[in-house]
Amino acid sequence: MASADVYPASEPARWKYLDNVRTRSGPHTNPDIFDGKLVAEAMENMKVLVIGAGGLGCEILKNLALSGFKNIHVIDMDTIDISNLNRQFLFRQADVGSFKAEVAARFVERRVKGVKITPHNCKIQDFDEDFYMQFQLLVCGLDSIEARRWINATLVNMVDEDAEDSYKPLIDGGTEGFKGQARVIIPTVTSCIECQLDMHAPRAAVPLCTLASIPRQPEHCIEWAHVIAWDKEKPFPSLDKDDPEHITWLYQKALIRAHEFKIPGVTYALTQGVVKNIIPAIAATNSVIAAACCNEALKIAANCAPCLGFPDENNYMMYSGNDSIYTYTFRHEKKDDCPVCGNLARELIVDPDWTLRELVESFAVRPESQLKKPSIRSDHKTLYMQSPASLEAKSRPNLDKTLAELGLSSGDEIGVTDPAFATVSFKYKLKLQK
Amino acid sequence: MLKIWSMKKEQQKAENAEGAAGGKKKKVTAAQLRVQKDLSELSLGTTMTTEFPDPDDILSFILYIEPDEGMYYGGRFSFTFNITPNFPHEPPKVQCREKIYHPNIDLEGKVCLNILREDWKPVLNLNAVIVGLQFLFLEPNASDPLNKEAAEDLRQNREAFKRNVRAAMNGYTVKGEAFDKVMIQ
Repeated sequence: MASADVYPASEPARWKYLDNVRTRSGPHTNPDIFDGKLVAEAMENMKVLVIGAGGLGCEILKNLALSGFKNIHVIDMDTIDISNLNRQFLFRQADVGSFKAEVAARFVERRVKGVKITPHNCKIQDFDEDFYMQFQLLVCGLDSIEARRWINATLVNMVDEDAEDSYKPLIDGGTEGFKGQARVIIPTVTSCIECQLDMHAPRAAVPLCTLASIPRQPEHCIEWAHVIAWDKEKPFPSLDKDDPEHITWLYQKALIRAHEFKIPGVTYALTQGVVKNIIPAIAATNSVIAAACCNEALKIAANCAPCLGFPDENNYMMYSGNDSIYTYTFRHEKKDDCPVCGNLARELIVDPDWTLRELVESFAVRPESQLKKPSIRSDHKTLYMQSPASLEAKSRPNLDKTLAELGLSSGDEIGVTDPAFATVSFKYKLKLQK
Repeated sequence: MLKIWSMKKEQQKAENAEGAAGGKKKKVTAAQLRVQKDLSELSLGTTMTTEFPDPDDILSFILYIEPDEGMYYGGRFSFTFNITPNFPHEPPKVQCREKIYHPNIDLEGKVCLNILREDWKPVLNLNAVIVGLQFLFLEPNASDPLNKEAAEDLRQNREAFKRNVRAAMNGYTVKGEAFDKVMIQ
């Protein structure tokens, strides 16, 4: 390859090879939906949301911008810490303390002409469905399972069978040391993050009694200081994991305990790592996973090649570099009893003058439920629980109140469970009409 | 481009999703629904009761255990349950509210029960946890000590340990430590 091709002198040259890939059909392109002439324009009009502007997020933003996406939004609530600079390459020392989303957006806009990146310095939970509805594609580079579950449930709930654009494909990347995964979720169509919750190993915990009686590793001493000594002595009203004074207190405690049991290796940095549950991040793993995610984004957007996540196709790529190198791509099945996508809220037309008792009894005759002992809650209110006894007693007076008196209104969601249906729970969205 | 719609149609799965349009604000979360399900399947028997300080918040409650046999017979022990929005990915946080003499429960009320920490799995439910707690009172376990002195006591001399348990349950001092009175009047 001539050096002139490596360093494109002009903008058209920069996109030449990308256009070769995305505008030409291949043996696996779907002729029904692929049209090479429309690709560039379609991708320019597409709004993509990147969630997270950290280790994965920096890579994702760079990759999407270089893959021909022109309108990108990015959300991250965090500010830049000095320890991020080794791998979050869009940030410089002078940026420490600034918002990640903002700095990342400006950097990529500067480097790739014609890309517009809109930063949002906040939590994903600060936005509602109207906000997420404007995007055609989401790419996640998150480090928290809680945030993943939230965005997943939000996207599943947004699906409206009659509206094509309410299906928002979600591409999720994640890394931990040398391991990682890339997956594509098409809400309600393919298995969702909640279905796949068991793919995330819960944080490896050490038995409390090991911490209390026979610590063997420096981490045990630190965890002991964190969960046992802190609660006992309460040196500060509440533990702030970002306060150096608090970490120092834990470090000193851990050090004393380590001396007692002759365990070497307790350091301030390790204390911080254990207490904040910092997972070692390896820059190159982030690159591998982000690259996989963004190639899927390109393929989904352009339809130029089959992507992960098509119904009845593979949707999950796991990558492991711990022991040599291994990748495996498979289809994670949708779970029928998934609490998020397995039972979407059905519409339930009710009369606001009904008492709760009438509603409870109505579930016995509804064909899809036929519940004998239903318990009912809305998101913030226990309407009627058949068990345990104390909750039954407290919620029993609600039975004689009308739905209107209980403050229920149209659009409220209720969850209905019954011990006779061990694996299924039902969700209904109320529609009040007389 | 981006024709997800045609994919969905190909699937020909019309069973789900009748509702799900319009103003959707108040969603029942997966954690809430799971806790609701777990609670409605709870089998407390005659030795356990619950208390919900705020009945609308099912993520925090108190469990009372009154063992009807074993060396903790006659006592009434209470545990706070706090369930995070990350349930069932994370186990519930459980703590004993009384200061008791037990090899697997420390003086601050921390409980050493494998399924509350290292062996928790999302397939386990609240019933598994309460069965585990109940078991701790029937079979205190000296090999997983959280209160080392109590464990040592149990290992050395089971009868002496039993006497110390009774003393502690009656609110006396054992080995220089004053305990809460937990005997049912």
